[in-house]
Amino acid sequence: MQPFIRVTGPAAPFPQPNVDTDVIMPKQFLKGVDRKGLDRGVFFDLRFGADGQTRPDFILNRPGWEGARFLVVGPNFGCGSSREHAVWGLAQLGIRALIGTSFAGIFNDNCHRNGILTVTLPATLVEDLMARVRRPDANGLTIDLPEQAITVDTDGLTIPFAIDAVRKDALVQGLDGVSATLARHAAAIRAFEGGHRQANPWFF
Amino acid sequence: MPRTLYDKIIDAHTVCPLDDSGQLLLYVDRTILNEYTSPQAFSGLREAGRTVWNPSAALMVVDHVNPTASHRTAEVADREAAGQIAYFRENAHDFGIELFDILDPRQGIEHVVAPEQGLVMPGMVVAAGDSHTTAYGALGALGFGIGTSDIEHYLATQTLVYRRLKTLRVVVDGDLAPGVTPKDLVMEIIRRIGADGATGYAVEFAGPAIAAMSVEGRMTVCTMIVEAGARGAVIAADEKVLAYIQGRPRAPKGLLWDQAAQAWLALKTDDDAVFDREVHLAAQDVAPMVTWGTSPDQAAVITAHVPAPDSEADPSRRAALSRALDYMGLAPGAPLDGIAIDHAFIGSCTNARIEDLRDAARVLRGRRVAAGVRAIIVPGSTQVRAQAEREGLDRVFTAAGFEWRQSGCSMCLAMNDDVLKPGDRCASSTNRNFEGRQGKGARSHLMSPAMVAAAAVAGRLADVREFTPFEEVV
Ligand code: SF4
Repeated sequence: MQPFIRVTGPAAPFPQPNVDTDVIMPKQFLKGVDRKGLDRGVFFDLRFGADGQTRPDFILNRPGWEGARFLVVGPNFGCGSSREHAVWGLAQLGIRALIGTSFAGIFNDNCHRNGILTVTLPATLVEDLMARVRRPDANGLTIDLPEQAITVDTDGLTIPFAIDAVRKDALVQGLDGVSATLARHAAAIRAFEGGHRQANPWFF
Repeated sequence: MPRTLYDKIIDAHTVCPLDDSGQLLLYVDRTILNEYTSPQAFSGLREAGRTVWNPSAALMVVDHVNPTASHRTAEVADREAAGQIAYFRENAHDFGIELFDILDPRQGIEHVVAPEQGLVMPGMVVAAGDSHTTAYGALGALGFGIGTSDIEHYLATQTLVYRRLKTLRVVVDGDLAPGVTPKDLVMEIIRRIGADGATGYAVEFAGPAIAAMSVEGRMTVCTMIVEAGARGAVIAADEKVLAYIQGRPRAPKGLLWDQAAQAWLALKTDDDAVFDREVHLAAQDVAPMVTWGTSPDQAAVITAHVPAPDSEADPSRRAALSRALDYMGLAPGAPLDGIAIDHAFIGSCTNARIEDLRDAARVLRGRRVAAGVRAIIVPGSTQVRAQAEREGLDRVFTAAGFEWRQSGCSMCLAMNDDVLKPGDRCASSTNRNFEGRQGKGARSHLMSPAMVAAAAVAGRLADVREFTPFEEVV
């Protein structure tokens, strides 16, 4: 996983509430057995017209936002299906962080397992950022994860944010979760399992 | 300190805390794998040369991409779906996990199959690669959906890195009126609290209306509450749950059953436990519901009208409402029960169990699907299909003009060949009315199976209470 330390780049506004994972990654991209080529599927029906041409009015196709590294999003972003394809696609498209008031639970976990940072902020701050990044000349942000701060490049406005220690650690180090758990906790899991089996023999 | 049922289950599965903000290593008792969210998890194991921690704690079921045509074959025509199924079989074989393949008499939608087999028990933690894993709350277990990276983590370690949720209790007093189903109740809850109303929460359902509800009805409620963002749902096990589990293939037997049953009945929220939030509802206020928009909270009673965008004060929600009406092709103020449909679909993990089919059959007996409506029924599992055939329900459906299909997710997410065309309008017993969910440009109206049956007969959305003499049924 690509470590997340300090990332700079343009941010795009995505104000709609309840953007679901069917919209982020439509079902025709879910039929593979690998993670390849999912950047093409991201927001497919919004990005491309029926003829396969890019839609010039879609935010990520507009000059100034093409190549966005961050999205400032509406509430409950990523709701619906558990499909991690949505997150793989966003990562492949180059998105490194999402900023919003709330994220759907499974989607939020999926982001952190794939090096995408989600930052949850109060509505007033999200609205303020949304207004700024609507202007292509003012949409540059820098996110410093060790410092837990978002800085608006044009005027230096700095917004601190909170994140769980475990998540921060995994993102900063780009940790592979399975290796970390096995290395640190395999013995504890075995010990726990023994007791759990005694307490609930019917589960086994 | 008094604790909630959710907290008791989490405490009993905590291997160790991971930080002081609520992250912990959670032991997971079971998973169920499907062919579309699991492949990359197995590839991850293969690349790292890892094995599965406990293969007997997993079950693999083909359900999302298989066709549901009434004649079944082991092979599927769609090349990509066939590729997923082939890799699924290979993974089951190589990692030693039991597989219910397409022709297995136990095949079906994972959330219908797992309880049916007795694989889900009170007090368990079940995590699986499908958001509707919340279904298992109906059995007193904590079920929740996970992504593919977490499937891989589970398979390799039997655990997940987990953050403890806040708790929300939904108390439902009184009784549901005749013609009003658990689906209507959960749709009303979602309408009230919103599509993100339970985000960050585990929901416990309680109260007389829940106690009076069948286990299958509770499954409908627990399954669909994920559409309010809930990351877990629980209902304390009672005698009905014991009766549901006892005698199923994987249920404990003999002395072990007696011990288990005693432990399960004792597992509930302490009387003075405090929830982070509580919501109260009176069941008698709930009426048959339909969705009119593209988010499950965009719903109303069937006797209501399509809302006007100006009724929404918040600008981004107003824009979302306009966009939804535009996508759905509906005019503000139009009566909901006048909306004509082309398709009727009864299926999905939310509403395709035997009681759902009985409900639909009650409406359809002696009636015909309206001209111009294509109506299909996809039972939740092959076992449900067999049971329905034993009861003669299949003949009621086919006589009414419904297609009687094999089991799978089918038109709930339209990843197989059951796909609607742009502009098609469908009355659907499923759980998601997202844009494009049932086919690009297709328009879905969610409702109970009995309401779908009524809509199929009327050729438009219709109030089921006008269709069946319910006094004769109860
Ligand atoms: S029936 Fe629908 S909601 Fe249920 S598991 Fe299948 S696709 Fe998901």
